[in-house]
Amino acid sequence: MITVENLSYTVANTCILKDISVTLPKGGITALIGPNGAGKSSLFSHIARLLPLQTGRISVEGLEVSPSNRQALSRKLAILPQEVHFATRLTVKELVQFGRYPHCQGRLRSEDHAMVTAALEAFGLMSLADRFLDTLSGGQRHKAHVAMTYAQDTDYLLLDEPLNNLDIAASRALMALLRRLADEEGKTIVIVLHDINFAAQYADHLVVLKDGCIEREGKPAEMVTGALLADVFGTDAQVAVVDDTPFVMP
Amino acid sequence: MQRRVSTLLLAVGTLFLAAISLFVGVIDLHPGEIWQGGEAFTLMLDSRLPRTLAAVIAGAALAVCGMIMQMLVRNRFVEPMTAGTGQGAALGILIVAVVFPSASILTKMSIATATALASSIGFLMIVRRLPAAQPLLVPLVAMIYGGIIGAGVAFFAYQWDMLQFIDTWLTGDFSGVMRGRYELLWIAAGMTLLTYLIADQFAIAGLGREASINLGLNYDQVLILGLLAISVVAALTVITVGAIPFVGLIVPNIVSRQFGDNLRATLPLTALCGASLVLASDIVGRVIRAPYEIPVGTVLGVIGAFVFLWLLYARPSHAR
Repeated sequence: MITVENLSYTVANTCILKDISVTLPKGGITALIGPNGAGKSSLFSHIARLLPLQTGRISVEGLEVSPSNRQALSRKLAILPQEVHFATRLTVKELVQFGRYPHCQGRLRSEDHAMVTAALEAFGLMSLADRFLDTLSGGQRHKAHVAMTYAQDTDYLLLDEPLNNLDIAASRALMALLRRLADEEGKTIVIVLHDINFAAQYADHLVVLKDGCIEREGKPAEMVTGALLADVFGTDAQVAVVDDTPFVMP
Repeated sequence: MQRRVSTLLLAVGTLFLAAISLFVGVIDLHPGEIWQGGEAFTLMLDSRLPRTLAAVIAGAALAVCGMIMQMLVRNRFVEPMTAGTGQGAALGILIVAVVFPSASILTKMSIATATALASSIGFLMIVRRLPAAQPLLVPLVAMIYGGIIGAGVAFFAYQWDMLQFIDTWLTGDFSGVMRGRYELLWIAAGMTLLTYLIADQFAIAGLGREASINLGLNYDQVLILGLLAISVVAALTVITVGAIPFVGLIVPNIVSRQFGDNLRATLPLTALCGASLVLASDIVGRVIRAPYEIPVGTVLGVIGAFVFLWLLYARPSHAR
C-alpha cells in the first residue's frame, strides 16, 4: 500500500500538485491517467523519490519515502522512468545484473545469478544476453530495461508511460507481462498511462488526475464513461463496451 | 574471456615497455651492469626507475580518472586535463607559489586539489544546463572552460613574473623526474586503487540520476567522491610532471568500444592501457631526436589527435 498525504508541488509559482492525498492499494495494477499537464508524472516522480518532497508525506507499507531510506526503498520499489537513454555501453546481461545491486551491492551471489537468468528468460532475452544495448532495436532495449527492474525483485513496480515508443504488439506483450506479474507473483504495479483503452483493459484500479488534483478513482468498468471523457479530458468521445470492458472510440 | 586475455596481454605489454623505458636514455645502460653496482645502479635507482614508475602511475591514474569523469558527466568527449580540472590545479599551484612560497608540499597539494575540485564542480554545473540532445556541446564547452581558466593562470603568472613556471605545469614532461621528486604520485596511485572499490557505483552513475536513485545509490555522494578522486590525481600529476593531455580521453574511448562500460571489469584494462600509452609516448619522446627530448605532453598531443580522429570515424564493435 502506497500512502500519499497532503502532497503539494509548486514550480515557479505554478501549482502542479494541489494537496493530494491518495492511497494506492497493494496488489494488482493501478493506473494513473489524466490529460496532459494533469500532474501524473509529477505524482509518479514523487512516489519514485525522483523529486524531493516540498510538503506532505509518502510512505510505502509504512516505509517513509525519504533519502535516508534509499537502500531499503530500492529493495521494495523499482522504477522505470519515462525516457531511459544511456550513453554507456553495457551488455543486456550486465544491465540486468545491475538490477541486483540493491540486494548484493555488486557482489553477485548464486541467488542473484539465478534471478538474472530468470529475468532474461522471462523477457526472452537469453539469445541477446551478450549483445551491447546500443546494438539493439528500441523495443529490445526497452525490454532489457524492464528486465532489469524485474531482476530488482521488489514488491512494487512503478512505470512512467512505458508504452511510449512501443508498437501495438510490444505494448500488449508488456501489459500482459505486467498482468502476469500482478496475478501470479503478487506484485503491485503502478503505471502512468496515456492510452485510456490500455488502462481500461489491463488495470484493476484507476486514479484520475486533473489540474493537480485527484478527480476520481475506482474500477475501470465504472470509471471509463462518456461523462469522464467530457469532464476530465474535455472531449466528447463515445464509449462502447466490448466484453464488459469500456472502449473509447477514437 | 576475451577481457581476461586482453588484460593479460596488456599487462605483459606494459611490463615490456617499462623494461625498455629503463634502458633508453642519454647514458647507455646494459642490464648486466646494474648488478655490478656503481654508477649504473645509481642511475637506475635515481633516474630511470622513478621515471618509469612515474609514467606508469600517471598513465594509469589519468586513464581511470578520464573514464570516471566520462561516467559522471555522461559524455564520451571529456577528460580532466582539458575540462578545467588540470588548469584548476595549476591555478592552485600558482596561488601557493605566490601567496605562501614557503608552504610545505602537503599544503601545496591540498590547495591544488581544492582549486581543481572547485573548477570540476563548476564544469559539472555548467554541463548540467546543456541540452542532453547535443552531446558535442559538452567537449566544446569543456575546451572553452579549460581555456578560460588556463588564460587566467597565464595572466596572473605574467603579473607576478612567474610565466616560466607555467610551462612546467601545463606541459607534461618526465625528464625532471628523479628519486625524491615524484613520490607524491604514489598518492595518486592509491587514490586510483580506491576508486576501483566503488567501480560499480560509477558505472551506475553513468546510467543517470534516475537509474542511480532506483538502485538505492546516493547519487550526489558518488559525484563528489568521483570528482574528488579526479581532482587529487589531476593536482598531483600537474605538481609532479605537469598536465598530460589526451590519455584520459582516448583510452576510455578505446576500452569502452572494445569491452563496454562495466567498470569493475574494465577499469584494470583502462589502467594498463593508460600506462602503456604514456610509457610508449615517453619512450618515443626520448628516442626520436636523441640525445634531446620531446616532452611527453607534446608527443601525446600529436598521437592523441590522430587516435581521436580515428575513434570518431571508426565504427564501434557490436558484440563481445
